[in-house]
Amino acid sequence: MAIKEVNFGDIGARAAAADEEFHGDKMMINIGPSHPATHGVLRLKVELDGEVVTKCDPVIGYLHRGDEKIAENMTYNQFIPYTDRLDYIGPIHNNVTFALAVEKVAGLEVPPRCQAIRVICCELARLQSHLVGVGVYGMDCGALTVFMYTFTIREKLYNLFEELCGARFTTSYTRIGGLARDIPEGWLGNVLKVMNDLEPVIEETDKLLTRNRIFWDRTVGVGVVTKEEAISYGLTGPNLRGSGVAVDLRKDVPYLGYENYDFDVPIGTSGDCYDRWLVRIEEMRQSIRIIRQAVDQMPDGPWYAEDAKRIFKPMKDKVLTSMEELIQNFMLVTEGPQIPAGEAYFEAENPKGILGFYVVSKGGGVPYRLKIRSPSFCNLSILPKMVPGHIVPDIPVLLGSLDFVLGECDR
Amino acid sequence: MKAQMKTILEAHPYLIERESADWPAFNCPQDRLMDCLQSLQEEHGFDFLADLTAIDHFDAQPRFEVVYQLFSTERHEYLRIATPCGGDPDPVCPSVVPLWKTANWHEREAYDMFGIEFSGHPDLRRILMWDGYPYHPLRKEFPLAGKEVEFPDEGLREATGKTVLPAPMMGGPFHASQTGSMAKREPRADDESWNEARDRADIQDEENLPPRELRDKH
Repeated sequence: MAIKEVNFGDIGARAAAADEEFHGDKMMINIGPSHPATHGVLRLKVELDGEVVTKCDPVIGYLHRGDEKIAENMTYNQFIPYTDRLDYIGPIHNNVTFALAVEKVAGLEVPPRCQAIRVICCELARLQSHLVGVGVYGMDCGALTVFMYTFTIREKLYNLFEELCGARFTTSYTRIGGLARDIPEGWLGNVLKVMNDLEPVIEETDKLLTRNRIFWDRTVGVGVVTKEEAISYGLTGPNLRGSGVAVDLRKDVPYLGYENYDFDVPIGTSGDCYDRWLVRIEEMRQSIRIIRQAVDQMPDGPWYAEDAKRIFKPMKDKVLTSMEELIQNFMLVTEGPQIPAGEAYFEAENPKGILGFYVVSKGGGVPYRLKIRSPSFCNLSILPKMVPGHIVPDIPVLLGSLDFVLGECDR
Repeated sequence: MKAQMKTILEAHPYLIERESADWPAFNCPQDRLMDCLQSLQEEHGFDFLADLTAIDHFDAQPRFEVVYQLFSTERHEYLRIATPCGGDPDPVCPSVVPLWKTANWHEREAYDMFGIEFSGHPDLRRILMWDGYPYHPLRKEFPLAGKEVEFPDEGLREATGKTVLPAPMMGGPFHASQTGSMAKREPRADDESWNEARDRADIQDEENLPPRELRDKH
């Protein structure tokens, strides 16, 4: 039996030629602005070499409504509903931050009860936002179940907001110098009940994904942001802390009496997608801790700044019976809260990161300039640095781990 | 904080204190801005650029001002630096992207909204409005409703023959007109059969209705 010799020629040269042939040009593709993985109307122009991203250019502005221009044309209290629509996943925190910023220009301090209510609101907003962030992040990685758990419990948080201010979603709960109304009777008890229901959900979410092998493969070592990069790109919130920078304004520059609450600030070590996940999960536990303390220590007393007669509107029963209050009410509604001339920049630790308002007042009820420093805007600016080098299926994971909202990014 | 401010003022005698309701603030002449910010970042620990924005003072001179909000991640203190931008209608300011990467998008936004040219910026394009948009909306002379402009895409322009209209401040699809009878401006008020799908050609009074092109959309 003869053995037939087969000649393959120069395999190396053929392979090189084939590579040349198939290499081709780089491909440009658009992801979004209408794509489920981009969590809103974010558009990414990505340049691909095979499946590897070589360049990424985010295009934003599809949801730009000109909030800063609108703010220059209306009174401070009229602008509060617009703040709902910034980070609409945790709207009540934006209300609080905006009120605090304007109060800062006015040099006004709200009474302890108002502060404690605002703290509860802020932490509820954080839970609300992180529940979405965490649930949707699971979906981005292919774990659909987690979303069902977190959304079911989030519904109960919305019931709390409905009891509190009548609206489930667009709360508009704060006013400059106070709140729209005091908390309803029995609300604090309901808050505690929801917290008790919420705790097992967080543990379950944690168990489902944190030590899940597939989840690890998708997130560990993906989208690493170093400390220096995070600071230089202006990342804030869980994204900054995930990179190991221990900046949490609730601890560092306390507002609303956060220094009186006992809570920990989780930080990551390697700055990858997995760390940002861990930070969010732990922050939810800490939020529950803060809410329980705030409910326990809820002080009595006024829930609005009573002496700020030119800023906070008088109570309705007085308006209907007393001349002075009637005039005061009329002036406040027509001309807005009278804020003295001056400027201040106030930031608070929002669920998505640091939300800042730079208020320039020239006196009167309308701001001369209101700049909104939105966390999502700054967090997204790292995409051109972060995405290249990853493959296309990593993009949803990277975006999900940044947890942004376009309403706030585009303003 | 006070001692810190004293050392900063000693190192940078050209800084002038600026009125502020919260943290210390300084005005800095534009030609010293880069030195000042670099020294604040490297020597005084203000390593985080929290925000960068502009103010349009409109009738004052110089008209535009760029404002930097600095934060120290170690000492947890803020500092505000403002610098005047001469030149109206084309103000200029040096770019701080070499110091902080986050300034890239902030400066693009300030350029988009106020038309401030940041010299040395690596990629100064519009960011919120579309490329080719002719105005700078946060300037004080720009009307709240906006101005009529053409669509950026030529194909779209030719195919539709339409333009981007100003926001309807009154009488648009979401605003009821304040004059005229209630039945005219709010048809649902007296006609229970009214709904969005009904043909509206039978309504004779054009005066209090939104412009024709807006109604055509529905």
